[in-house]
Amino acid sequence: MRARAALALACAAALASCAGPARQGAAPAPAAAPPPLRAGLDPATDADPFPSTYRPVAGESLAIVGATILTGTGAAIENGTLLIADGRIQAVGAGLGIPDGYRRIDATGRWVTPGIIDAHSHLGVWGQPDSIDARNDVNELTDPNTAQVWAENSLWPQDPGFDLAREAGVTTMMLLPGSGNLFGGRTVTVRNVPAITAQAMEFPGAPQGVKIACGENPLRTYGGRGRSPSTRMGNVAGYRRAWIDAADYVRRWDAWRAGSRVADPPRRDLALDTLAGVLRGELLVQNHCYRSDEMAIMIDIAREFGFRIRTFHHANEAYKIAPLLAREGICVATWTNWWGYKMEVFDAIEENAAMVHAAGGCAIIHSDDAVLIQHLNQEAAAALSAGRRAGLQISEGQAIRWITANPARALGIERETGTLEPGKRGDVVLWTANPFSIYALADRVWIDGVPVFSRGEPASRHRSDFLLGQPGQEARP
Amino acid sequence: MIGRLLLLLAALAPVPAAAETIAIVNARILTMGPAGEIASGTVLIEGGRIRAVGAGVAPPPGARIVEGRGGILVPGFIQADSTLGAVEVSQVPVTADRAASAAAISAALDMSQGLNPDSILLPVARLAGITRAVVTPLYADRAGRQLLFAGQAAVIDLGQRPDMVTRPRVAMVLEMGEGGAERAGGARAAAFAAVRAALEDTLFYARNRALYERGAGRALSLSRLDLEALLPVAEGRMPLIVRVERASDIVEMIAFARAYGLRIILDGATEGWRVAGEIAAAGIPVLVDPYANLPHSFAELGARLDNAARLHAAGVTVVLKAGSGVAHRARELRYGAGNAVAHGMPYAAALAALTINPARVFGLADRVGSIEPGREADLVLWSGDPLEPLSQPRAIFVRGVEQPLTSRPLQLRDRYVTHSAEPN
Repeated sequence: MRARAALALACAAALASCAGPARQGAAPAPAAAPPPLRAGLDPATDADPFPSTYRPVAGESLAIVGATILTGTGAAIENGTLLIADGRIQAVGAGLGIPDGYRRIDATGRWVTPGIIDAHSHLGVWGQPDSIDARNDVNELTDPNTAQVWAENSLWPQDPGFDLAREAGVTTMMLLPGSGNLFGGRTVTVRNVPAITAQAMEFPGAPQGVKIACGENPLRTYGGRGRSPSTRMGNVAGYRRAWIDAADYVRRWDAWRAGSRVADPPRRDLALDTLAGVLRGELLVQNHCYRSDEMAIMIDIAREFGFRIRTFHHANEAYKIAPLLAREGICVATWTNWWGYKMEVFDAIEENAAMVHAAGGCAIIHSDDAVLIQHLNQEAAAALSAGRRAGLQISEGQAIRWITANPARALGIERETGTLEPGKRGDVVLWTANPFSIYALADRVWIDGVPVFSRGEPASRHRSDFLLGQPGQEARP
Repeated sequence: MIGRLLLLLAALAPVPAAAETIAIVNARILTMGPAGEIASGTVLIEGGRIRAVGAGVAPPPGARIVEGRGGILVPGFIQADSTLGAVEVSQVPVTADRAASAAAISAALDMSQGLNPDSILLPVARLAGITRAVVTPLYADRAGRQLLFAGQAAVIDLGQRPDMVTRPRVAMVLEMGEGGAERAGGARAAAFAAVRAALEDTLFYARNRALYERGAGRALSLSRLDLEALLPVAEGRMPLIVRVERASDIVEMIAFARAYGLRIILDGATEGWRVAGEIAAAGIPVLVDPYANLPHSFAELGARLDNAARLHAAGVTVVLKAGSGVAHRARELRYGAGNAVAHGMPYAAALAALTINPARVFGLADRVGSIEPGREADLVLWSGDPLEPLSQPRAIFVRGVEQPLTSRPLQLRDRYVTHSAEPN
């Protein structure tokens, strides 16, 4: 999808640059025209050099019957029926008939939700055993601006954390570079399926993001080396300089495309490509930012250079500016229980997500952690509990959106997944109990209608190559 | 308006006093003691202690009545392996008194000193039902630092009183396995040699103090302060908390402890389930993090979520904890216990692992950990199942004193909640 969108843009600018694979074998260009740039030298034709190879196998037609269904739209359907066929949701509701050819799954007394989506993970990019340096490919701490690096190029699909997250109902996640740089690099959104290559996990059509970090992490990293940034004002100068460079880069390419193309083309710059993608609206801004005052500055910078921020990550002070964030349509991906480990997170409160929600904003509970990604429903339950303690009336049907529909929006995949609406991907979790109970376990998990985990069937448990033959694995259920 | 209302409520609230006589009535009581579970009963608090518990207990005249409204009353939780009171902001070193890197202070580091009863973390942990904590030292590792022992743990109460230490020096902390190997020079065997040397030097020192004072005798591997601190460990009087993960490390440590007459408490033990029988046979308790199912290191390849359940089933005394040296995230303790239940631990065992088990393991069972006459009144009244996130405490008592249901984060909430809830 993102490759196609980028190609369409390039074609709109100048037809001759559309020398993608689709045109191979076509008649040779007229002799007068300059030869097209090789794909790797032209950002417009090379927007997706590592394209997704993920193709779900055909799943059977399923009718999950009798459960309480939290659809992710806010609704809770008692004794509902969910129909899945051809990998997509066909229908959801109470009292639906089961068409011929659907296998019936009795879910009486249990709960169904959309597949859990983690808007912030480093699985595979910083894999297990994560105490070992060789597993840490998350932070390219060599320059405050490493917008040129792509998380998918660090992604090790054998991270055992993927399997554990899947067994906890996580079907989709965004993997980000770390927060040590102002611009950390490009994010990648993946399907949580067992895979041998990163490409086989990539969510088809999901937009990439760029990881931007506010606050203490970049200034500590570089201030300690006697480099800029060493202060928050240094951070801001660093962002603005980068956007000025990116706008200049966009102009140079546009001018070259609009011209005769006889002159030398601009030299491709992978970091500026990333930022240019943001200015063109193709890449989503995923902004690590804790403090409310810094988020307000980032909003102004976005306005100054003409882009939008999709999500503030961590954002533990979002509750202080919840109406502003709601007005701006910026999602807030946060925790419930994490706080106090550094100064910029000293004011974190458990009610953050609930207060963002109550202000009409897009609240998300994220993990940023290989343990917490396995307990996102519990973290959401703690956030819901705190909200109710504060007197905010929030239903479970709404709160489930914090780990389903809202992260889908943050990742730009809301048309594909995040709710159980007809036409969406068949990403579904069948829980043993109310997912807001600490005792609930993901019992069965489907991705694109394909069963990827069933608690009662040990053979359905995928184990990474890394753990094969290791001690303690033989006795696993 | 809300501010004024809160002030008014504060003025009306009874003055907390240890001598107050309080009757908590109409609560479902999980005593964790001989009385078991009481479907609906009363707990009478007098002089900071539990005076009576039962279905037929009548509140004496003049007692302040706390209406249980069918809530669940449990003993306050005891947070094992925490740094509560020893840290405000983890990454701001001047606010963190959790570890030392001074050459002469290893075993001698005594966590009962320098704690802060005004820490804003204490009310936050208390709101999660925690009324006592085992404050354990961490390691301040620096390049080339050969720090063998982290120091001595203390038990505190979360009542925010100046004399917050319930009992100092309840255990010594030592990491073996990968971490111990690294500090001892790079090999597990070196760590065993170093501990052996420390124990033998301690006993030599104890037998030859006069020699030591004259500067004679033989060279000893530790400072005088460390030797003094280690003596109760070497003599088997003070338990040694040993952090180990790998199954073989656990078995080896059990044998080492037997050979040297040490009383040990295993900490971590992510592969403990593989040698649960050996641990149970040795009568060694284990501090378990119920979330630890990741192979963080080559010593934890067998990590799994039912470790606590399997250890319990094998007869091991399990204490549940929430991470290592936990402070800010102490409030996740009850959720961790819920996860242990979800993965096979009986409910009563999980609750015991937060209350009476840590009380027993750290020698405090005659004071806290259960609801029975004579115990200090650490009690939490919950709106529902205390392990469920959707439950919240309705009343919290530490040593018989009712605690306010407030904290700095809740004050922040109240400052912004109406503002944020305004329609756009």
